Amino acid sequence: MQTHFDADQLRDPDIASSNQILRNCVHCGMCTATCPTFLLLGDELDSPRGRIYLIKDMLESGRPATEDVVRHVDRCLSCLSCMTTCPAGVNYMHLVDHARTTIAETYRRPWHDRLMRLALRVALPKPGRMRLALLGAQIARPLASLLPRRGMAARRLRAMLELAPRQVPKASAVERPMVHKAIGTRRGRVALLAGCAQQVLAPQINEATIRLLTLMGVEVVVAKGAGCCGALTHHMGLHDPAMASARANIQAWLREADGEGLDAIVINTSGCGTTVKDYGFMFRNEPEAADAARISALALDISEYLTRLGYAPTRAAPALTVAYHAACSLQHGQKITIEPKALLQRAGFAVAVPAESHICCGSAGTYNILQPEIAGRLRDRKLANLAAVRPDVIAAGNIGCMTQLSGATPVVHTVELLDWMAGGPEPAGLRVS
Amino acid sequence: MIVQHAPKADILARREQILAGLRRILPETGVIGEALRLKPYETDGLAAYRQPPLAVALPETTEQVAAVMAFCHAEGVRVVPRGAGTSLSGGALPMEDAVVLGLMRMNRILEIDYADRLAVVQAGVTNIGITNAVHERGFFYAPDPSSQLACMIGGNVMMNSGGAHCLRYGVTANNLLGLKVVTVDGQILEIGGAHCDAAGLDWLGLITGSEGQLVLATEVTVRILRSPEGQRAMLAAFDGTEVAGQCVDAIISSGIIPVALEFMDRPCIHACEAFAHAGYPMDAEAMLIIEVEGSVAEQDELLGRIKDICRRFKPLSLKVSGSAEESAAIWKGRKGAFGAVGRISPDYLCMDGTIPTSRLPEVLRRIGEMSAACGLGVANVFHAGDGNLHPLIMFDANDPVSFHKAETLGADILKLCVEVGGCLTGEHGVGVEKRDLMNVQFTEPELDQQRRIKSAFDPAWLLNPSKVFPLKLPPEALEAARHSAVPMAAE
Repeated sequence: MQTHFDADQLRDPDIASSNQILRNCVHCGMCTATCPTFLLLGDELDSPRGRIYLIKDMLESGRPATEDVVRHVDRCLSCLSCMTTCPAGVNYMHLVDHARTTIAETYRRPWHDRLMRLALRVALPKPGRMRLALLGAQIARPLASLLPRRGMAARRLRAMLELAPRQVPKASAVERPMVHKAIGTRRGRVALLAGCAQQVLAPQINEATIRLLTLMGVEVVVAKGAGCCGALTHHMGLHDPAMASARANIQAWLREADGEGLDAIVINTSGCGTTVKDYGFMFRNEPEAADAARISALALDISEYLTRLGYAPTRAAPALTVAYHAACSLQHGQKITIEPKALLQRAGFAVAVPAESHICCGSAGTYNILQPEIAGRLRDRKLANLAAVRPDVIAAGNIGCMTQLSGATPVVHTVELLDWMAGGPEPAGLRVS
Repeated sequence: MIVQHAPKADILARREQILAGLRRILPETGVIGEALRLKPYETDGLAAYRQPPLAVALPETTEQVAAVMAFCHAEGVRVVPRGAGTSLSGGALPMEDAVVLGLMRMNRILEIDYADRLAVVQAGVTNIGITNAVHERGFFYAPDPSSQLACMIGGNVMMNSGGAHCLRYGVTANNLLGLKVVTVDGQILEIGGAHCDAAGLDWLGLITGSEGQLVLATEVTVRILRSPEGQRAMLAAFDGTEVAGQCVDAIISSGIIPVALEFMDRPCIHACEAFAHAGYPMDAEAMLIIEVEGSVAEQDELLGRIKDICRRFKPLSLKVSGSAEESAAIWKGRKGAFGAVGRISPDYLCMDGTIPTSRLPEVLRRIGEMSAACGLGVANVFHAGDGNLHPLIMFDANDPVSFHKAETLGADILKLCVEVGGCLTGEHGVGVEKRDLMNVQFTEPELDQQRRIKSAFDPAWLLNPSKVFPLKLPPEALEAARHSAVPMAAE
């Protein structure tokens, strides 16, 4: 596609990168077909191709972001379904990331929007604060009905209260920086991204991961100094905080990789995995470029690593139908589509795939709080498709989706089911039902 | 560059009133009027031509479409219909004083009747959406344009779209039973229906492929077919494009009609393999995708006969797909071919000429010569069995000289198609892209007769103007416009 940047603009490495991406796009329109917001809203402006056009115009003009651009870019889930569909290989992820940074730098949001975003970025990446916030939400929940029905701020608050779990689980000991020794002969050594929000909402995921890996002979390190991957602030366009989080992780994992060595950095929250695998790009113009690229190359989703290890169950599976919910960050962001289903089948479960499995459930990081209406419609659509395969349990590889889809059918992390069949306890989510 | 009719000054002056009128008919989100938000609607799948419209209207029902049409008719406002915006001939290119009427919100399946094998859908349902709605019951909708994932049935009807499997099943016209249409002054008409052929004039035949010149289609009744017992694709690789063309001719002239017979040359094979990982032969200069269907025994028998023919042309390899996944990847690559060319060239013009299959080897050779002479690469991917060529002329839109060369080469290729007994377009429509070549194909009396039919439906020429019919301009004005970098206006 034709672009209009002058030589001066192209000296900015971010513009140069986006120019290359835009020139790859041939405006064929295939991406519109698999974009969740285009399906719901039926407007070119809420499709990837329309957003690419808006972003192109904003970057070419060099003008501050306008309310119109912000509205349509904000509605993008960053599910990256368009990247799976795009025959030309347009890197929409890097383009929309650039747009989000430009918006954060040039557009002043209304006060309630700024306040909401501030609250999210203060609370979510720090487990202690997140726990406090969830306890606060429990106290505030009875007041949700008092919130006005109209107005974005009120709708977002209500969405937040509804998403908060009824009970906040106790913190788990496994996430503290430490080394979990392999059981039997050591076959490998990995760092686990202990994460931020996930360990507060569902500590059993890291527990199952560590139990299963150590049982399979892998030493698991929760590295000192590693924390939130930076995805949350990165997707808000907040460049500096995102880079700071990423930098801390790179340093923490490098110490391990250069010390006792690492075979992989294992990630069991696919939203984070997509970002860690992109550290190489995020730091391409920084002094740590090579280190970041090395960390990205080591990053593996838990399903990739278990496949590599040759996961095998040790007990017969109960006759359960597992609906596999493909998290977008896994299927589109990391292009991992086969491994999780194959592992669940290897574990002995009947695996069912719902219709429209390529369409986002609406979770998308903080999207279900910031865009509650669209997120709610996508959730209902996803739950209907899942219910149609009559599952006993839904398995997903991303905590965001798990929270979004919680309802009548239990939702567990894929690794919880795999751990169960390899000798671990029955997932708590299943026992409740 | 392209010439459009001059915008009407009074319409531009009444922009705000027209927007207000549209907002009385449609909900707030259904009308777009801000300059910045109109920009993404300035073009379609032919991004070389761009012109932001006056406004965009996004109705959700036939009644809303009719109300918008009646309003625009009363105000003398031009209307440009739009589906998914995937047209490769600029069929949805707006005009400065026109309202773009987008049908993408009309995306509901209204009725499926398995007993009578038909489906009634709104115009904004995607082509693949029809098959997706019926495939679990063992049915499908046959025409399959390569953009079927995104393109919408309303646009398919207006362009009479084809596709890879039309060799066996025919194009849109052959799979269409009825339409609900809205006339330029906002009347709703039903044409055809759940039966073959109707009494009186063949309106359905007239409207199919009319490129939005006569009426707007809002609901479409299509034939759905029983899915075949099974199907298998085969890849035949050759060390030259001409010899692959000879093989196509030999297969067709032997009387065998495969379900699909597709051609790709080396640049396309490489671009598509990078996207689809389908196991295409990377050492080949040309490749044929040949699909057969039926029972396993029927497939084996047909594939055997086709292989025998292929062997006469010394193929580098013959490979039959071993699984449904492999076949899916083979088709994913083929159907993503146009976009995939974005990997090897920033821009392309996609041609759509159709020729007798017996002339394939000669035409491929001459396209190669023309490409070499003008210094622009051409990637070939097309429906070989139908003789429907899609040379993709690769150019750089950031370089005006390159674009001008591409336009000239495109025109020369299409003239060649007409010269060997073919035509300008197989399935993409004339749009703006081939408009000025129409008098290569038709005489002036023939074009005038077509214009009279347009006038009968749309006396004031408000529907999708500046397309299909060459503008009646002095030759020097046309020539000046060709060298212009921006769309030019002329009356």
